[in-house]
Amino acid sequence: MTLGRAFKFGDDISTDLIAPGRLAHLRSNLPELAKHVLEDADPSFAQRVRPGDFIVASRNFGLGSSREHAPLIIKMSGVGAVIAKSFARIFFRNAINIGLPLLVADTDEIDDGDELEVNFKDGLIEDITKGRTITTSPIPDFMLGILNEGGLLPYLRKFGDFKLEEHK
Amino acid sequence: MTGKTLAEKILTEKSGRDARAGDIIVAKVDLAFVQDTTGPLTVREFKNAGFEKLANPARTYLFLDHAAPSPNRQLSNDQVLLRQFAQETSAQISDVGNGVCHQIVAERIARPGDVIVGADSHTVSAGALGAFATGMGSTDVAVAMALGKTWFKVPETIKVILRGEMPRGVFAKDFILYLIGLIGAEGATYKALEFGGEVVKSMSISERLTIANMAIEAGAKIGIFPSDEKTRDYLIEQGRESDFREISPDSDAAYEKVLMINASGLVPMVAKPHRVDNVARIDEAKGIKVDEVFLGTCTNGRIEDLGVAARILKGKRCHPHTRLIIAPASRQVLGQAIRLGYVETFLEAGALILPPGCGACLGLHQGVLGDGEICLSTANRNFKGRMGNPEAFIYLASPATAALSAIKGEISDPREVL
Repeated sequence: MTLGRAFKFGDDISTDLIAPGRLAHLRSNLPELAKHVLEDADPSFAQRVRPGDFIVASRNFGLGSSREHAPLIIKMSGVGAVIAKSFARIFFRNAINIGLPLLVADTDEIDDGDELEVNFKDGLIEDITKGRTITTSPIPDFMLGILNEGGLLPYLRKFGDFKLEEHK
Repeated sequence: MTGKTLAEKILTEKSGRDARAGDIIVAKVDLAFVQDTTGPLTVREFKNAGFEKLANPARTYLFLDHAAPSPNRQLSNDQVLLRQFAQETSAQISDVGNGVCHQIVAERIARPGDVIVGADSHTVSAGALGAFATGMGSTDVAVAMALGKTWFKVPETIKVILRGEMPRGVFAKDFILYLIGLIGAEGATYKALEFGGEVVKSMSISERLTIANMAIEAGAKIGIFPSDEKTRDYLIEQGRESDFREISPDSDAAYEKVLMINASGLVPMVAKPHRVDNVARIDEAKGIKVDEVFLGTCTNGRIEDLGVAARILKGKRCHPHTRLIIAPASRQVLGQAIRLGYVETFLEAGALILPPGCGACLGLHQGVLGDGEICLSTANRNFKGRMGNPEAFIYLASPATAALSAIKGEISDPREVL
């Protein structure tokens, strides 16, 4: 169970908005890069976000480049989960690989600043401000297996290999 | 049992089981690569995981192309790290000046039927040669480099059939922009785009690379073409005929949907700021003043692209308020452009020639835009901030549109001169 505030974003939040190419020189200095997370979408986000808060977006979150630094600096900013109507493919896989939880849900009724409580186990989002419960679409079992270990490297440390049959 | 799509065929072969859309499989990886802005994280993850050896050093590549040459100390240090890693592991390195990773992969490495993973979203480009090629993050590629395999969900396939004849002044770039506008930036998310039809059969590998390259801009996992005589000819040209094999989908393959597009009805297209699927016919953008024209990239930096631009620029000058920046996609392309006289044409037109590499495309050097400036680029992305400044505006178009727009100083219709 995680409690936090919603930071609302729109459609098509690209990895260029999350971790711009012009800051490529900071990619080997992630704490410094994290100070600029989502800067080109909302310049005040990095200062305002608190551990446990949620990024709530609309469609196709994370489109564009394969840069894993994008989900990494979101995770480093303390964001508890990214909730969106849909995600771009590479971002989705990267986020799971580094242990950043993602939830697919209808986010239309969540407003900026709403207090949310997320129950990851049951896949439910409680919008406390609105007094509504929002259901989420389940993550595929195999990917959930990776996320539950905290990412791809911890998963491989535990299992030694990709274990397709254990997550059927 | 129905037949197989190209994706299903390749993943069946590489996983050793009957791979059908929706299955999760583990496939052998034939080529794993990184570039200089994603590779340092791959190296750190590789070491964090305790890996020491590459599964296949001869087919593990590190490309230094995004910052080429490096504009600052931090990126230089990242490149030092990659060169050291190559020495430690016997990975192959393609150093600054060789060109963009996807172009080198096409020229020297990719084979029809290969599974290719790269820590760069435009890895999809190699689908032009009939490879199952997809972009992944640094950690996924680190694991693929160490284990020689990775997992995939076998994608559903959207078949795109291009019929008719491409009109004069209309190019592969216009077609792929049209398609992205049609299906949207997530129209093919998690899916394969498989191209076919009579127009595709006559397309060069250069044109196919332009199309496959931008499959990701519709969200696709891969953008793939069957291999054919054009593929064989290209591989012969590159001195590697033995890498050719024929691969095509079964005639009774099951597609999620089939899109028929009549090429004869296509016109020059542009993608307007700040989304690739925000496409318009050239008429709707004509006359917009441009400060910078950028010709190059993995999308449109090949010799055919420079050739069509040279044809338009021959004997002309760029508009005094517009700078034309040209980045050949590879050392091979630059060499050809010099031999064919294109470079002389560009210099006489007042253009600036960059070293082979990613150039101005991703905003870390070599042509960063000023506040409020407008760029017409032949690249694949026009996201806000892409070329180094969130206060700038990027339009995407074909090399022909770019060349004429550089002369006129405003977005122009290349059919006027072709």
